[in-house]
Amino acid sequence: MIEIRNLHAEIDGKKIINGLSLTVNDGEVAAIMGPNGSGKSTLSYVISGRAGYEVTGGEILLNGENILEMNAAERAAKGVFLAFQYPLEIPGVTTMTFLKACLNAQRKSRGEAELTTPDFMKRVKAGAEKLGVPQDMLRRALNVGFSGGEKKRMEVLQMSLLEPTFAILDETDSGLDIDALRIVSEGVNALRDPKRSFLVITHYQRLLDYIVPDTVHVMSKGQIVKTGAKELALELEANGYRDFVGEAA
Amino acid sequence: MLGDVKAAHSAAEEKLVAEFARARGSLPGAAPVGALRDAAFEAFKSAGLPTRRVEAWHYTDLRMAMRDALPVAPAPKADASLKQKLEKLAPRIADLETTRLVLVDGYFVAELSDVTPKGVTVTALSEALAKGDAAFVEALSAPGMGQGDAALALNTAFMQGGVIIDVAAGTHVAQPIEMIALSSEMSAHAVYARSLLRVGKGAQVTLIEREVSTASQIEQRNHALVVSVADEAQVEHVFVPAILKSASTYVASLLAILGAKASFNSFTLVQGGGLLRRQIHMRFDGEHAKGQLAGASVLRNKDHADTTLVVQHVAAHCQSREYFKTVLDGESTGIYQGKVIVAPGAQKTDGAMKSHAILLSDDATMNNKPELEIFADDVVCGHGATVAQLDEDQVFYAMARGLPKPVAESMLLEAFVDEATDRVESEPVRVYLTSLIGQWLSQRGAA
Ligand SMILES: Nc1ncnc2c1ncn2[C@@H]1O[C@H](COP(=O)(O)OP(=O)(O)O)[C@@H](O)[C@H]1O
Ligand SMILES: [Mg+2]
Repeated sequence: MIEIRNLHAEIDGKKIINGLSLTVNDGEVAAIMGPNGSGKSTLSYVISGRAGYEVTGGEILLNGENILEMNAAERAAKGVFLAFQYPLEIPGVTTMTFLKACLNAQRKSRGEAELTTPDFMKRVKAGAEKLGVPQDMLRRALNVGFSGGEKKRMEVLQMSLLEPTFAILDETDSGLDIDALRIVSEGVNALRDPKRSFLVITHYQRLLDYIVPDTVHVMSKGQIVKTGAKELALELEANGYRDFVGEAA
Repeated sequence: MLGDVKAAHSAAEEKLVAEFARARGSLPGAAPVGALRDAAFEAFKSAGLPTRRVEAWHYTDLRMAMRDALPVAPAPKADASLKQKLEKLAPRIADLETTRLVLVDGYFVAELSDVTPKGVTVTALSEALAKGDAAFVEALSAPGMGQGDAALALNTAFMQGGVIIDVAAGTHVAQPIEMIALSSEMSAHAVYARSLLRVGKGAQVTLIEREVSTASQIEQRNHALVVSVADEAQVEHVFVPAILKSASTYVASLLAILGAKASFNSFTLVQGGGLLRRQIHMRFDGEHAKGQLAGASVLRNKDHADTTLVVQHVAAHCQSREYFKTVLDGESTGIYQGKVIVAPGAQKTDGAMKSHAILLSDDATMNNKPELEIFADDVVCGHGATVAQLDEDQVFYAMARGLPKPVAESMLLEAFVDEATDRVESEPVRVYLTSLIGQWLSQRGAA
């Protein structure tokens, strides 16, 4: 479970998160919707521990533990995962090498034994197959020359291998055609688990037809301005953000 | 004039003059060699140690760096324990059988070296100089290359050790030749080694120069290797200079001359240690030859590493590639100066030069200076140089997947340097170089 309490964060002196509170319970899928520039990606970075953001108030508790003092790698080892809106290209490092290093680093920091190469290969191959990721992509440099859709699939593949307890998906639907959207959503849905929670950030209601959320939050100007059930997403789709955005002002 | 120059001599230059006078009589070589030494020393004396005022030395002031000039290393005493130490100091490269040639303080030690295969002849420099065969002396002095370079002139004047490797025409040498240079643990000294690799027509050979320093004192090294690649011959060369104590100085010159349809591929891994100047002159004398100079430098503390190249396209239809990567941490300084000269007759030259650097610290400095001097009109030549920092977004991405920061950075840096080591033909050698870079990176993580 993740609890964000009255969070304030800024970058380069610019206040972007302004007293945001949000709880996502174990097993819950929460969606965040909001206009461009409302601070959704910033929130995902602050939760996952990107350097450069200054948290000027509030706290983020993961299963009761404040994670704000931890760096990104420590948070990842605690189970935080961010599927990036714009996944980075890592030239010179094959996808396979990268996945193995990440998986084993997390296991090591949790005091677990490293995976043997055959065991690792088995897991990657099974995961890749489910997401329609061709094997030869795993031997290429991570995300280098991948299409937008391939990058998103790769993010979900990494998520499935790392088995996080709290996963943020930042606009994972952008750049996906309908078929890819379905495959990726199935991949996410397969990971739904009573012990795992998700924060699904999206711009469009469309994704939420595939990944059906338990709760929907509307974000505006760095705050949650409205919370409701999944029907709220449809309401937003029909009427736009205007009604809610006004409340934050 | 002499009076003026003398008055301006630094302490080290004065010492060199005295040292040359003292050592001259005992330096190896028949009469023509003595004349060569004297001429070189005179050239040195009038130029003095290189300073920033010499264009090719713009970023490296050897005169300032050399407070003193150390005496020439004497021939090492026979030391039975060296044989055992050798295996420890220079462990075998995994999965690679080599023919080892061992030099101690620059002197070739036959007793420690392997027997060379058929078609390969090895001679100690002193022995070859004593014979003073004219063709040999000419090959060793590589006329027209590195002329006017005072550091190279010093090497010619003082050359005291080294080895001559001759590969007979048509010989395909299966095992790489591994030159292992050790330093004995005696008092501070200077080593002036000059070696020659002569590869006959159509022959093929790989030469790996590996150096180990166990000296507890500062060292001054001046090393030169002349490589003469005859028509249709192919040479792979890898150089891993020793890591010397800080305040040491090291000038390592490579002079390569390529015949028609020859191929030469040379890689240098610099791991810092005092001041190191890697200077390479490569000349295309015959058509349709290919030459590649690549390298990686990983620097920290106050390391100063200067890579300066001069590539001369004299013949037409040749291809040259220069590809260097530098990683700088601490207060280190890196220099890349590359000059590709295309002579008027060298039409259809295909040249590409790249130097990329990553700064890991605000106090590190990289000077990148690629240059083209093209006097022919039908050529394709390009160059690129960059200095950047590690990409923070990439580091964050890897950390967000669970890699601790030093591991994430090492992974990215290794990938960066790999693009240079990938140019080495032999896979076991590539793995060896990568492991050395990995050691450097892991020391960084530990700091
Ligand atoms: N590094 C930065 N420096 C200054 N402003 C930033 C920076 N990153 C984002 N912002 C600003 O913060 C606001 C929120 O951005 P972002 O979190 O990307 O929004 P969203 O993901 O909801 O579209 C925007 O106004 C954006 O311009
Ligand atoms: Mg965004």
